[in-house]
Amino acid sequence: MAEKQVSINMNIAMITNPILFQLLVGVLIGLGAGYLGSFMILKRMSLVGDVISHVALPGIALALIFEINPFFGAFAALFLAVVGIWFLEIKTELPSETLVGIFFALSLAIGILITPEPELLEALFGDITKIGSADVFMTIALIIVMFFAMFRIYRGLTLSVVSKQLAQSMGINVSKISFLFLLLVAIIVALGLKVTGIFLMGALVIVPAAAAKNISIGLARFTKLAALFGGISALGGILFANHFGLHPGPIIVLTSGVIFLLTLLFKK
Amino acid sequence: MIRILMANQETILTVENLGVKFDNNEVLKGLSFFVKKGDVLAIVGPNGSGKSVLFRALLNLVPYSGKIQWAPGLKVSYVPQKFNIDKELPLSVQEFFKFKEKNSKKIISALKSVGITDEHHIEHHILKERLGWLSGGQLQRILIAWSIIDNPDVLLFDEPTAGIDVGGEETIYNLLKKLKDERGFTILLISHDLNIVYKYANNVICVNKEMICYGEPNSVLDPTALANLYGGEAGFYKHEHSHDH
Repeated sequence: MAEKQVSINMNIAMITNPILFQLLVGVLIGLGAGYLGSFMILKRMSLVGDVISHVALPGIALALIFEINPFFGAFAALFLAVVGIWFLEIKTELPSETLVGIFFALSLAIGILITPEPELLEALFGDITKIGSADVFMTIALIIVMFFAMFRIYRGLTLSVVSKQLAQSMGINVSKISFLFLLLVAIIVALGLKVTGIFLMGALVIVPAAAAKNISIGLARFTKLAALFGGISALGGILFANHFGLHPGPIIVLTSGVIFLLTLLFKK
Repeated sequence: MIRILMANQETILTVENLGVKFDNNEVLKGLSFFVKKGDVLAIVGPNGSGKSVLFRALLNLVPYSGKIQWAPGLKVSYVPQKFNIDKELPLSVQEFFKFKEKNSKKIISALKSVGITDEHHIEHHILKERLGWLSGGQLQRILIAWSIIDNPDVLLFDEPTAGIDVGGEETIYNLLKKLKDERGFTILLISHDLNIVYKYANNVICVNKEMICYGEPNSVLDPTALANLYGGEAGFYKHEHSHDH
C-alpha cells in the first residue's frame, strides 16, 4: 500500500514538469501580491509593504532551529509585525514609517545572525525550484481565501482611505477591516518568500502596484492591473530565469521593474 | 396657529447633559438641546471647542455620557470635515458613488440635484474623473450629492465650505437651502461663518467645551455671548444690513 503510494507520487512528479509547478505557484503569488499591493499603496503603506518581508527572517530561523515548516515560522513573525503596525495605526494615527523602518531592519539583522548558514541564502533570496506539491496546494487554497476575503472588505478598505470618519459613520468597522487586510498581507508575504526570498518579496508587493497606478484613473483598473502585472512578472521572470539558468527571484522583481519603467511612459 | 403648529413639530433628536472625555480630558460637557424635523441647526465655536466631537458623539462614533436620543428609523448622512482627497488616489467619481448606489440613473439624478445638470458632462467627464482631481467646490457638490443619494432624513455637515472661496461658499449654502426646502431635510451644520448662521440657520448652539448659548441666532448671538465664546476681543457680531440681496 505504502509502496503503491510512493510510486504514484513519483509518477506525478515525473509527469509534471517542475517548471509548471513553479509557474503555477509563481503566477498565483504574483497575482495575489500585486492585488494586495494596490491596497497597500492606496493606504499609503508602500514602505511597510516593501520592508515587511524582512521581519520574517527571525521566524524562519527559529522554525529551522526547531525543525518546523519555515512557512509557519515566517508567518508567525509576520503576524506579530502586522499586529504591531495595526496597533500603531489605530492608537496613534501617525505615520508609523520611521518606527517600522527601524524595527524591521533590526529584525533582519537578528534574523541574519541566528539563521543557520546553509539555509540563509535560500531564505534571503528564495528558491522557487525547490517547491513541492504541498506548496502548490497550500498556495492555491490561500490565494482563493485571499481573493474571497478581499472581495468582502475592499469597499470598506477604500472608503476608510477616502475618509475614516465617513466610513465609520456608515457602520464600517475600520480597525477590524484594516487588521484583516494586514493579515492577508502577512499571508501573501509568507507564501512569497519561497519565490523571491526575504529581500525581494516586498518589491513583488509594491512594484507591480506602483506600475498599475501610473496608468490608472480608477480603482477597478488599478487593482486589476496590479494583479496582472504581478502575475506577468512572475511568469516572465520564471521563464527567463529557467531559460538562461539564472536565479528566478531577482529576475521576477526585475521584470516588474521593467513593467514599471514602461508604464512611466504612459503615466496618467 | 402657526406657533401651535411649530410647537407640534416632531422632535427628532434630544440631547441631554452630553459629555465626552478623551483620556480624562473633558472635551464636551453639559450639552442639552433638541432638534425638530426640518430644523437647520448651526453649531459655532472656536477651533478645538469640540464641535466635530459633538457630531461624532451624535453618530455614536465616540463614547459619551448623558443622553442622545434619535427618533427611531431615521437615516442620518454625514460629511466630515477636512475632506482632503489625495490627488494620487486612484478612485473615480463613479466608483465612489457605486460604493453607496449601484443604479447609474440615481447617481445622475443626485448630481443633477446639486446643480451639475449637463448629463453628457456628467457621464463623460465628471463620473470618469478621479475624485482627487476635482476642484474644492466641485468636490463639495459631489459629496453633497453622495450624502443625499440614499434619501436620508438628517444631514450632518462639518464645515461644508472649508477650503472654498467666498463666492463658492454662498453657492453651496444656497444649494443646501434649496435641497432642504425641496426634500424637507433636517440639517445640522458646523460653521465658522456667523453670516451664514444668521442667514440659513433657525437655531444655533455656541459650543466651547460647554454650551455658551442656544436658541435663535438673532436672539442669542449677542456681543456678550460671542465674547464668551471667542474670548474677550471678538469684534464680530451681527451685520446690521440685510442679506437678502
